[in-house]
Amino acid sequence: MRDVAIVSYAQTQFVRSERNQNEVEMLMPVIKEAVDNSGIPKQEIGFTCSGSTDYLSGQSFAFVMAVDAVGAWPPINESHVEMDGAWALYEAWIKIQCGEADSAMVFSFGRSSMGETAETLTLQLDPYTLAPLNADAISLAALQARAGLDAGKWTERDMAEVAARCRAQAKSNPDAQVTGDFDVDKLLTDPYLVSPLRKHDCPPVSDGAAVMIIAAEGAAHKATNKPVWIRSLEHRLDSHQPGGRDLTTSPSTKLAGKAAGVHKTAVDFAELHTPFSHQEIIVREALGLGKETLVNPSGGPLAANPLMVAGLARLGESARRIWGGHGSRAIAHATSGPCLQQNLVCVLEGE
Amino acid sequence: MAEHAAVIGIGQTDFDAKRVDVSQVGLIREAAQRALEDAQLSWSDIDAVVIGKAPDLFEGVMMPELFLAEALGCVGKPMLRVHTAGSVGGSTAIVAASLVQSGIHKRVLTVAYEKQSESNAMWALSIKLPFSQTLVAGAGGFFAPLIRGYMQRSGAPDDTGIRVALKDRLNALKNPVAHLKLPDVDFDMIANSPMLWDPVRYLETCPSSDGACALVIGDKASATQERSAPPAWIHATQMKTEPTMFAKRDQVMPQAGLDCSAELYKKAGITDPRKEIDCAEIYVPFSWFEPMWMENLHFAPIGEGWRMTYEGATALDGDLPVNMSGGVLSTNAIGASGMVRFAEAAMQVRGQAGEHQVDGARKAVGHAYGGGSQYFSMWIVGDQPL
Amino acid sequence: MNQASQEQTALSAPHILEYDYRRSLGPVLSRFFTGLRAGKIHGIKTQSGRVLVPPAEYDPETGEATTDEFVEVGPGGVVETWAWVESPRASHPLSQPFAFALIKLDGADTALLHAVEAGEASQMKTGMRVTPRWAEESQGSIKDLSHFVPEAEGNADAPHPPAEATTDIVTPVHVEYTYSPGKAASRYLHGLKEGKIVGQASDSSGLVYVPPRGACPRDGVPTSREVEVSSKGTVVTLTIVRVPSENIKVELPYCTANILLDGADQSFTGLLQECNLDEVRIGMRVEAVWRDPSEWDYSSENIKHFRPIDEPDVPFEEIKEYC
Repeated sequence: MRDVAIVSYAQTQFVRSERNQNEVEMLMPVIKEAVDNSGIPKQEIGFTCSGSTDYLSGQSFAFVMAVDAVGAWPPINESHVEMDGAWALYEAWIKIQCGEADSAMVFSFGRSSMGETAETLTLQLDPYTLAPLNADAISLAALQARAGLDAGKWTERDMAEVAARCRAQAKSNPDAQVTGDFDVDKLLTDPYLVSPLRKHDCPPVSDGAAVMIIAAEGAAHKATNKPVWIRSLEHRLDSHQPGGRDLTTSPSTKLAGKAAGVHKTAVDFAELHTPFSHQEIIVREALGLGKETLVNPSGGPLAANPLMVAGLARLGESARRIWGGHGSRAIAHATSGPCLQQNLVCVLEGE
Repeated sequence: MAEHAAVIGIGQTDFDAKRVDVSQVGLIREAAQRALEDAQLSWSDIDAVVIGKAPDLFEGVMMPELFLAEALGCVGKPMLRVHTAGSVGGSTAIVAASLVQSGIHKRVLTVAYEKQSESNAMWALSIKLPFSQTLVAGAGGFFAPLIRGYMQRSGAPDDTGIRVALKDRLNALKNPVAHLKLPDVDFDMIANSPMLWDPVRYLETCPSSDGACALVIGDKASATQERSAPPAWIHATQMKTEPTMFAKRDQVMPQAGLDCSAELYKKAGITDPRKEIDCAEIYVPFSWFEPMWMENLHFAPIGEGWRMTYEGATALDGDLPVNMSGGVLSTNAIGASGMVRFAEAAMQVRGQAGEHQVDGARKAVGHAYGGGSQYFSMWIVGDQPL
Repeated sequence: MNQASQEQTALSAPHILEYDYRRSLGPVLSRFFTGLRAGKIHGIKTQSGRVLVPPAEYDPETGEATTDEFVEVGPGGVVETWAWVESPRASHPLSQPFAFALIKLDGADTALLHAVEAGEASQMKTGMRVTPRWAEESQGSIKDLSHFVPEAEGNADAPHPPAEATTDIVTPVHVEYTYSPGKAASRYLHGLKEGKIVGQASDSSGLVYVPPRGACPRDGVPTSREVEVSSKGTVVTLTIVRVPSENIKVELPYCTANILLDGADQSFTGLLQECNLDEVRIGMRVEAVWRDPSEWDYSSENIKHFRPIDEPDVPFEEIKEYC
């Protein structure tokens, strides 16, 4: 295995609605920033991989236009996953493991605000028995939240505390969207959105883009004196049918975490891609992270949740925090699909 | 640095315009089970799954791999979904190969599919957005002008495309899973078929198919075990992209394709591709793309690719047989099409191609492209490890 | 037609994506949906003996094929978890407040997702028993089972099934977007609204893009400088379309050409009319024919089409790198 490090990361500010710029216009400055800060000339970056999905903008091949932002000339070694950018990172990391490249650019983008996100995501469901019922993303998460409440795994207060903590932590993150101090008792008097979820339990709709440059050992050291090493990178998948699995646990996160060796040493913090408040509790349990572990210092997806970007942003925010001197070892997690169906776990370490 | 990897199982569905006998699940399982049977493996032997398909609008399911993965025995395993436009079937196979070449996994199942009959590809590819005017009539409307540009540049005889189509349609008759089979096909039938997008005639165009293709890619230890057919060793893979359009972009002879194949040969240690490659299965959705890609793949000098067709070099008994399976012109489940090309190359060096087998094929190229002739993916497979 | 906002430079307008997808079901789901029409809910046994509802061709835990043993389950079952939807969306299965629930039907080992009508949230309880209500008219979909109600309300009679089996379902997909093309495209559209074709030059190379898309794709830099280009141009390549396309409403056959406007460095697709299709050719000189100014909008459709002009052809050598 080759040691691979994050050498730079840039993201847009995450906003409720980016109407002024299209995806290419959002990406150009952050690509430039990430490349400029990487210490690697753009022409020397060996591989490029992006993550996005056509249904956010309602057109086929939306990712093709995004290549315009890269400046892919002369032609580049490039690929795309119809997945969150965290999995684009996985493909790029594999390329480096194969020795096909020594460095890579990974990016993802999404303007969720163009559609009705919760409803758009119903198209992600089994088209035969689930999608025709239009069980939106919030309703599915509510089924999961209730299952945990019934099982005594968490309370509505636990959920509100997660939300309040994340949004308070987000105050120090200039790119976050929903930030501030919220009183848990007051939050609990709010009406339900889809019971048992209240508005604060749900992520905002966010637009944004993120870019990461990674490099293998030699190239990473040459590029920066502050590489953040990807010590392990693993992902697993659970069954899609919500009625076929225990929604209060995340076996795939547990498997990925075990393979990634998250239990081996302590971490300073974790960035978890848990868009709904109760999901943080599920993922914490799956990764064996106790109450003492600082989770989502960036605010996490409850503070900004750009679809297709939020997973990659967990790795990026982790790297930024390590660069900022607020810890040296972190767990980053990304998810995809209804009710935490697919999960990626990464252990990051500064020098 | 990279570990050896080889194709040890290949499965294709029967292709047809409408596979109304199966769901999307049934379609991908048909290909996957055939690949597992070919590899003499079971679901539990597989470490990871890589799924590929073209735009989600074709089937109207956003990221359908999420609901399909468990039908491929993927629960508890890693799953990736690749999408690189028309080249996706090839790119998907390359990503699967890299999971083995990196030493991460031992056996990876990869499946690419399209069930085009669930909607209409012409619709999905020509979505009208506000403020704009939709004038490009599907893929044919986009590529026909490029073909005209090639004809003008090369001075190729007007019937080159008809000759390509005739060759591919005759080859398809030898392929049991091919979709479009015309037992009475001859030159005149193609020449007299209606013009759709001038200069592209109906019978010089690919059909719209339902189908899937699956490969099992194994590491050296898996590849050297006794199986129903020998492995196809992956000598080199390459992907290359350039933007759809920019000022002075050469869309007829895209640099990305020229670079992709040049780097592919270099990795595989090939200096004279025309001599060293025994056959090639390439992505030709419109007949004229055979001569264009012969040049782009450095099999012929620029401007002279049409001569290979004309002289019979690309026929099944020629010196560089091309599209032995009948090609995309005979079978086109878009998301699967690239992987079918890669699979055919592997079948040839495994000696599995039956009536469309090229005698003594030892090194073969699989090729796919997509977008506005801007995404390329290619591999070379051989009967011996590199 | 485009409700463009003029408050900002950037435009936006509604974009609706809709299509009725027809999905063949295969043997297992076909049996399930055919059963629903007759008020029967079928599960299928896995090789390990578990009963999956809805049935699948495979065991999700292993990927192995399921057995061919279908099991009738329910019709009643137990709510395993539920979510109360106080304000249903238009797309939801019920228009009054309802619950989405995972329901483990009697005899099943997995739970079915469906809607429960219980009047108000206080009537819902995990562990409660529910029973189906059937759709008055079969559509051949999961909605043939209209929803569930608390079992106390009594079992409903099974509907009378139509004679034929359900082998496919139609799933309408309707997604609404507010599309915004971005800064560069909006600036271009503002030009078109004034009857001008305003290209944009790459910040790096100075090459002029028409229409601009936000970046010089070659270098990945913005195209900041505006350059008005001519309405006249040259055909660099073309095709004659003789096949209908769902989204294009031009009478067949018609010619589309890749047109390089004078002053631009990139061609785009335009409709070529007012000429004999036998005479269209590479190198031909053409000009834009604009709609009446009263019809001008933020749209490339302000240009009705292009037509030939009486100027000598441009030699192929001069335009070959633009095709």
